[in-house]
Amino acid sequence: MKPSNAIEAKGVGKQYILGGAEQRYDSFGDMLRGALSSPFRKFKKLSGNTSESLFWALEDIGFDIPIGQVTGVIGRNGAGKSTLLKVLSRITTPTTGEIKVRGRVASLLEVGSGFHPELTGRENIYMNASILGMNRQEVHSKLDAIVEFAEINQFLDTPVKRYSSGMYVRLAFSVAAHVDPDVLLVDEVLAVGDVKFQQRCIGKLNEVGQDGRTVIFVSHNMGLISELCSHTMYLKNGRLNAYDDTASILGKYMSDSSAASGEIVVEAQALEKLVFTTARRGPTNYVDYDEPSFIEVYFGDEGNYSDYHVELLISDAIGREVLLSIDKDSIQSLENRRQTGNCLRCAIPNGLLRPGKYVVKVSFRALRHGYTAFLDQAEISFDVSANGFRLSTRSEGIVLPRLIWESHES
Amino acid sequence: MSTETITIRPRQGWRSVDFAELWRYRELLLALSTRDIKVRYKQTVLGVAWAVIQPLTAMVVFTLIFGGLAKIPSDGLPYPVFVFSGLLAWNFFSAAVAASGTSLLSAGGMISKVYFPRIIVPLATIGVSMVDFAVAVIILLVLMLIYGVPFTPGIVLVPIFFVGLMLTAIGVGTWLAAVTVAYRDFRFVIPFMLQIWMYVTPVIYPLSFIPERFQWLLKLNPILGWVEGIRASFLGRAVQWDLVGISLAITVVLLVVGIRYFEHAERRFADII
Repeated sequence: MKPSNAIEAKGVGKQYILGGAEQRYDSFGDMLRGALSSPFRKFKKLSGNTSESLFWALEDIGFDIPIGQVTGVIGRNGAGKSTLLKVLSRITTPTTGEIKVRGRVASLLEVGSGFHPELTGRENIYMNASILGMNRQEVHSKLDAIVEFAEINQFLDTPVKRYSSGMYVRLAFSVAAHVDPDVLLVDEVLAVGDVKFQQRCIGKLNEVGQDGRTVIFVSHNMGLISELCSHTMYLKNGRLNAYDDTASILGKYMSDSSAASGEIVVEAQALEKLVFTTARRGPTNYVDYDEPSFIEVYFGDEGNYSDYHVELLISDAIGREVLLSIDKDSIQSLENRRQTGNCLRCAIPNGLLRPGKYVVKVSFRALRHGYTAFLDQAEISFDVSANGFRLSTRSEGIVLPRLIWESHES
Repeated sequence: MSTETITIRPRQGWRSVDFAELWRYRELLLALSTRDIKVRYKQTVLGVAWAVIQPLTAMVVFTLIFGGLAKIPSDGLPYPVFVFSGLLAWNFFSAAVAASGTSLLSAGGMISKVYFPRIIVPLATIGVSMVDFAVAVIILLVLMLIYGVPFTPGIVLVPIFFVGLMLTAIGVGTWLAAVTVAYRDFRFVIPFMLQIWMYVTPVIYPLSFIPERFQWLLKLNPILGWVEGIRASFLGRAVQWDLVGISLAITVVLLVVGIRYFEHAERRFADII
């Protein structure tokens, strides 16, 4: 193994057996029955009548990760990201291949494993840290730091079952974050806790990365990936589709997932395609907070509707409607619309949307005598990334506009 | 940064425990045991009292029924002391095995999220039973005083037999733990199995109670030597080393088979728990 590498993987595969689940029976009785009926099942299998199937969650994965690199892992649901982390964490053994890992590994696959509700916060810190590989002395020396990060000083000696869910999560993350491993594997645990806490977690992860430790970070949030990771792996159907610097990978992912973001092709009459794009980078699936972006709506056949408009409804990750904009309200002359080509472009101002995920619902609405005669809709999603921009950690307000504050002579 | 390198690859065949790794995780073993002990005794008014009440009650009931009504002989010793000395060994064994057997199922959350040598889970459950054993020893000594059974130097041998008993519990317990993960209904088999096991162990009756020609059957019981040894050491009788020898041999086999089976089954735990 090269001394500059933290992880080297070759030919890694993980196979699961669906349906019959590989001689695994939930009860002894089932097993007996299974053993008795096995000659019949074998016959069924031969005649092609079987519900069992082999499923490769990971197939032929190979990569080298140098020490100190923060690597993202992205892919659709079911691509094998969590399985890869489980194999790297030694929670499950690979079916094929070999992985060499240098240094101590800690994984954050779920927050709070090992916590016992009857024990106090202090006792649970020792327990959990021990499970994650810290010895007692290390925990002693870091106890204050852990308690402070979690902000549970006055509750340290109360049984954890009395903690609020926020406190619980803060404590669990705090312990894991202070384990100081050489390799840290994180699987989207940042989806818990309130906004302020999430930002501190991101801050901590950043710190761990700067410290020269190797981090592997699985996420669906492209904004976070671009913010934290220098390189990214793109998993597709259990295989390593690409592994490169983050910008290229995000571009590749975006152009592949035409059904999710970046560019949407609609099989309908009026709307043909939706594209989310930025001036600097072109079509993409995320934008920085201070970057202007555009939604481009390409028309197919608008039919014979003389009176129509296009609406843009942007909703945030928890479904709140953030803003609605109708093209009719903005375009000076309705005539211009038709003539200037078959694409309508809406500019979304920078410095307005709070970092996070958004879904844009574009509606083509044709009206006749005041009611909706025809409606065609499509959705596209994008992420807004904080990307180092110093933003308030307060969570009030659906939008986060950069208003102008200036002092005035009274 | 530590420069130790681990290699992850598919596991084939049957292998034994990685003792070096187990040693590295020794603090976790200690932490899990103390956790179980603490949890047991926290928030219960009975707490420690439970460790006292349970064997004492059993002793009283057995004395009345088996010693009193059924008039089972007790080798010339007062029946309560006789039965209690057997009970304290038996209780340790059965509690340890029962706890080990179900330990993996209850630790499911940890196992599917974090790596550590899984064998620590059943091993840690033995800690609680050890504490109960210690409490029971104190009660036995008190009982011996009450009934005027003299203390003899043989008592120092007790730890040896206790260790032997513990090894058997580990062998059976780890095997059961691994099997119970795959076949959930073994959970219900365990108490039943232990009940039968108690009756084929000379706890309520002395070995001499069984007709000579059947005694060899009982000698196949891997804990026979240890239970008899503990009783003999406490109560000033001669230790039957031949029985100890047989038990030792069977125990070693159980340990090796049990642990190897556990290690073999371990790689599938996270997938099927």
